[in-house]
Amino acid sequence: MDNLVIQYRPRKLDELHYHHGLSERLKSLASSGDFPHMLFYGPSGAGKKTRIACTLRELFGPGVEKLKIDQRVFMTPSRRKLDVNVVQSNYHIELTPSEVGNYDRVVIQEILKEIAQTQQVDISARHRFKVVIINEADSLTRDAQAALRRTMEKYTTNMRLILCANSTSRLIAPIRSRCLLVRVPAPSMEDVVGVLEYVAGRACRGNSPDHAACTVVAKEAAGNVRKAILALEALRMQNPLFSEPITVAKPDWETYCQRVGDMIVQEQSPARVMEVRAKYYELLSHCIPPTVIIKTVADRVVDKVDENLKADVMHWAAIYENRMRVGNKKIFHLEAWTVKVMSIVKHFFYDIDLTGFDDYP
Amino acid sequence: MENFFQVKSYGKKAGKERAEENTDLQPWVEKYRPKTIDDVSAQEHIVAVLSKTLSSKNLPHMLFYGPPGTGKTSTILALARQLFGPDNFRNRVLELNASDERGISIVREKIKNFARQTPRAEVGVSSDGRTYPCPPYKIIILDEADSMTQDAQAALRRIMENHARITRFCLVCNYVTRIIEPLASRCSKFRFKPLDPAATTARLQHIATAEKVAAPPPVISALISASSGDLRRAITYLQSIARLHSASSTETEIVPEDVQEIAGVVPDEVVKGFARSLGVDVQSDDEDIEMDGDSERPRGFDAIRRKVRDFMLEGFSASQIISQLHDLIVLHPTLTARQKAKCALAMAEADKALCDGADEELWILEVAVRVHRAVLA
Repeated sequence: MDNLVIQYRPRKLDELHYHHGLSERLKSLASSGDFPHMLFYGPSGAGKKTRIACTLRELFGPGVEKLKIDQRVFMTPSRRKLDVNVVQSNYHIELTPSEVGNYDRVVIQEILKEIAQTQQVDISARHRFKVVIINEADSLTRDAQAALRRTMEKYTTNMRLILCANSTSRLIAPIRSRCLLVRVPAPSMEDVVGVLEYVAGRACRGNSPDHAACTVVAKEAAGNVRKAILALEALRMQNPLFSEPITVAKPDWETYCQRVGDMIVQEQSPARVMEVRAKYYELLSHCIPPTVIIKTVADRVVDKVDENLKADVMHWAAIYENRMRVGNKKIFHLEAWTVKVMSIVKHFFYDIDLTGFDDYP
Repeated sequence: MENFFQVKSYGKKAGKERAEENTDLQPWVEKYRPKTIDDVSAQEHIVAVLSKTLSSKNLPHMLFYGPPGTGKTSTILALARQLFGPDNFRNRVLELNASDERGISIVREKIKNFARQTPRAEVGVSSDGRTYPCPPYKIIILDEADSMTQDAQAALRRIMENHARITRFCLVCNYVTRIIEPLASRCSKFRFKPLDPAATTARLQHIATAEKVAAPPPVISALISASSGDLRRAITYLQSIARLHSASSTETEIVPEDVQEIAGVVPDEVVKGFARSLGVDVQSDDEDIEMDGDSERPRGFDAIRRKVRDFMLEGFSASQIISQLHDLIVLHPTLTARQKAKCALAMAEADKALCDGADEELWILEVAVRVHRAVLA
């Protein structure tokens, strides 16, 4: 059985639960026959991909749901072979070029040229063009983005692009100016509650959670619908009757990160750094992205320290996170940040008089 | 057999339909590309120089540079079309851009081979009944030349000189500093300046009337401010808006807010609200109402953090927020120069970090906190 997220994912634009104005626009665009290149952006779990899939269905009919997964092999100019997983139907093709790292330009060029040069053979197809969906467009390299520029203008007859990104900051301006930008903001609290009630009403017949329970789950998810539904599913397993009190289990890594934050605040010593280091390694080896680690830990630390220190902690988090991106070895920067924060906290202790010390957490 | 022919005839018809469809579906940027160099907006100096070459049959190597959307590619394409006419355009002009493979191997093979061919003399009446000068050289257009590697550029040097008799190069780029010096010194340089609002307005209005889009002056000025001198961007936005409006079932007027939404600009009120929560005094249209809420507003780090988080959930782009906040602060009437400088420094660092791909939330928070400090200090 699929999980609830997939099972109750809306398939048509009419079925979407929130941002009705946006759905209306997409619907009219899809039916007008004149379809531009699009760039969907917004925070994760806001429903970008769901909206893309619904738009495709609106464009081409139910045929787009017949998917096949292919592994394509590309050759770089230096004769290296690249394997890329590609999901395609008769009408569209979906790929994540950033998974091949620096060679994404080759993939983009090959795929786009191939699609652009083949005509739609199916006469019954509603549109002459195929749609290429590029996921994680914001992690494309500059080269790959430059390669997109002219292709987007040149081959509009046979191909339309839909880019999907978390933010437009990392996309070069020429790409942004060639697309119709579609912002998908995170849903409001009430919207999430609405979705949860809908899913719960369908999934757990009889004893579905009441409004209060849904609100608790929604609050925990902070605008991320996927996270909310997964939390609901987990909750259903633990507590099938949704009896009070409702506690939403946090993911393991999150509690783990928070514990690291607590450790940093409690004690500042070389021995503690070593302990924290072990925890960082543990997190990294479980494939938690370092950015997420530093943000979660920093959030926790900021909650615990004095008001005067908060800005500094976040400042250094920003600096070291940036260095982490530019640099190569993530653990160095995580540790460096930890030591920095410890030193700030320690200095703060000694520089002030110790009157208010007892009520310090 | 019969069946076979049927299909074929269908295919033919479809082909015809498609050709008609194409002009409809074409991006307006392509559709309204200037056909002659006299049509090029607002680059009088360059047009004057180039129209002389039309009569004199002599053309130097050229290097066009300037910000995006100022008509560099359009100018050279229009010039080539006027020189060679539709018949010879294909065999006389080679256009390469960043989406083509342009490593050193391509320079050595494709460009060299094309540069080597001696053009056939073509004088006479073209198929559209007009005569074109058709001078005895070919043109190689290297679009987006600043994304060529240094090696590839170096390989071009000798080719440019050897075949100068029969081939002219036109390099088109945004940043002239990325073109290696020996290459730049072989070309006559043309700087394209950003379009002034008057020229942009004229062009946009021309397109709007041709496409029967009702675009009142406030919309046009919103387009111009959102695109900051980039005509291509303005035209693309105009087309997107026209699409959305013709597609939607209800008849509504186009308003400037639509332009902002499409251009990904953060609404002014949102930015002002953000600035206000950072302690910057912002004049607002409904000032008295805001003043009342002023005293109750929570201050301090946690309030800022909450605000930033809401901002990220709205999905606005970080660089956009920072640039708009920057405009607001730098033009602010009462802040001191020192405060402004501190804010600008914070934003500059954030912009660099964002270019490196750093996390948006952390950096917006960083900017917010530093602005907050600078303003209170």
